[in-house]
Amino acid sequence: MINGIRRLSVLAVAATVVLSACSSSATASPAAPAATDTAAASAMSTTAPSAGGTVNCVTGSITTAGSTALQPLIQDAAAAYDAACSGATITVNGGGSGTGLSQVVAGSVQIGASDVLANTKLATPDADTLVDHVVCRQGWIVVTNPDVTGVTNLTTQQNIDIWTGTDTNWKQVGGPDMPIVLIFRPQSSGTRATFKKLVLGGATEASGGQTLTEDSNGAVTTAVTKTNGAVSVIGFSYYNDPANKPLLNGLQLDGVDATIANVGSGTYKLAADGNLYTKGAASGLTAAFLDFMMGPQVQGTIIPKDSYGPVVH
Amino acid sequence: MAQMTTATRLTGLRAAPGFRQRLDIPRRVVFLAAVSMVAIVVLLMGFIAWQGVQLFVKDGVGLGAIVSPTWNPLADGGPEFGFLPFITATVCVTGVALLISTPLSVGLALFLSEVAPNWAKAIVQPSLEIFVGIPSVVWGWLGLTVLVPFLASSFGGQIVISLPVVGTVFSAPGFLTGFSWLAGSLVLSIMVLPTITSVSYDAFRAVPQEIRTGSLALGTTRWQTIRHLLIPSALSGVLTAVVLGMTRAAGEALAVQMVIGNSPTMPAAITQPLTTLTSQITLDMGNTVFGEPWQDALWTMSLLLLVISISSVVLVRVINKRRMGS
Repeated sequence: MINGIRRLSVLAVAATVVLSACSSSATASPAAPAATDTAAASAMSTTAPSAGGTVNCVTGSITTAGSTALQPLIQDAAAAYDAACSGATITVNGGGSGTGLSQVVAGSVQIGASDVLANTKLATPDADTLVDHVVCRQGWIVVTNPDVTGVTNLTTQQNIDIWTGTDTNWKQVGGPDMPIVLIFRPQSSGTRATFKKLVLGGATEASGGQTLTEDSNGAVTTAVTKTNGAVSVIGFSYYNDPANKPLLNGLQLDGVDATIANVGSGTYKLAADGNLYTKGAASGLTAAFLDFMMGPQVQGTIIPKDSYGPVVH
Repeated sequence: MAQMTTATRLTGLRAAPGFRQRLDIPRRVVFLAAVSMVAIVVLLMGFIAWQGVQLFVKDGVGLGAIVSPTWNPLADGGPEFGFLPFITATVCVTGVALLISTPLSVGLALFLSEVAPNWAKAIVQPSLEIFVGIPSVVWGWLGLTVLVPFLASSFGGQIVISLPVVGTVFSAPGFLTGFSWLAGSLVLSIMVLPTITSVSYDAFRAVPQEIRTGSLALGTTRWQTIRHLLIPSALSGVLTAVVLGMTRAAGEALAVQMVIGNSPTMPAAITQPLTTLTSQITLDMGNTVFGEPWQDALWTMSLLLLVISISSVVLVRVINKRRMGS
């Protein structure tokens, strides 16, 4: 019996170790409670100096979920907030734009990140409960496998011809004699919806046959680098990753370079706002973190580093 | 309980005061384990079934609409939720995987059970166990890094297999990308190999030793014993193994999704990309919103997968009952 209790307690200790190891969040915080409640009303508020401005520090814990295109930015911003303030836990999850929107409506996260506007995904009564906070501009670039030599630019019309299946060989747009392999994001993806709206003008894309679909920027990038004649659309932050850039052929759009500067000036059109949604007006740590996202450290340092563009006023 | 009554010493102990109370605690613990397992399964099936029928109940999609070959949730004339491409692709990819895997696995099981000397068993059996432990993402990644580029670079042109006299027996357009039905089936065939092998091995080991020695005493060769006695006696066990392998293959999501190309089309050639039920669910679940018809359609696909898995459990039971009966 004593032996049994001893074994049981060993088991209990092991379980505790496992549980505590697994509940650590993106921004490590001592003894962070697993609860994602804002605990904002009673929160203590202090200010702390940081690189380029003061930060309004609020204790508590919040969770964000949603767009994977925005996830690198939110993660870096959360880490910077944590470095400036102690006692705040910001857990950053991905999941996709749809997940971010539905979870923020359901109240299971405090911030839902989305590449697309809430009213394009949610029914009106739900979309009306959300408040949009635009925190950055983000751009996407059309990339091909490097074996598509001689193609450095596609016009809007050429993109439409390629993506709707009218043009099926790279020689039709000045490239080598090689079949075009379209690599899509899923129809539900925010990236795909944005590309369809801004470049294809709503035209219906080709489907079936030899087209491929991959479900994340990472998977798309791998597929493009491995497939002869492949073309796809990825976020700037993934294209400018030094590990990916040499393996990809990034294209101009209508003769405009895909750069943050051109996104900022409005000449590069494949760009959209990065939206962080809250249910109702933000308060407590959520409000402080959103302010921080708009502050000089995120807008001036983190956003350019991660290949996003500052908010256009 | 039943075993205890046979032991007289235990019967004596039961009379001692306090024993029943001490016995009760473990009994309750294991009973609780059993109850919670059943409860989890029932709740799970209830939830998936409830979500799965929302597409028909709440969104008003007809039962007939889901067997259409068109999947286009963003169609201009309203969403089209045809599951037929995913269902046929799941069947086709799983079928080819089993065609590749079954002869290999049964052969391996026969080798282990009938032919292998002890030292060979000592190598093959641990290797199989390691096989089981390799996560599916690793198989998928291997497929993506090695298999997909290999297929694309080696079989780019029209693939024709011709036999003398018979003529062309197989013809398919070559691999444009390597992401394909065949790539999915090959990855799956490796993943289900240990399942089919170990269950078949148990079936062969369950054949009484007397049958082998008796057969050999009659002057048969080892092959004749295997062919005429072992395989027929172990057939239901081997069938169980194949059904279990099929369930594993049909339910595998990650590895398949990484190599199959995820194109929602009806299967026509083994060299073309396809989408299975599982890969479509993983593709769309993150970007759809809970409660919208699109996500309800994904739940309906989950319900279909659950039905497939329940059917195979029933199938295994029927097969085994027949074995017990004969």
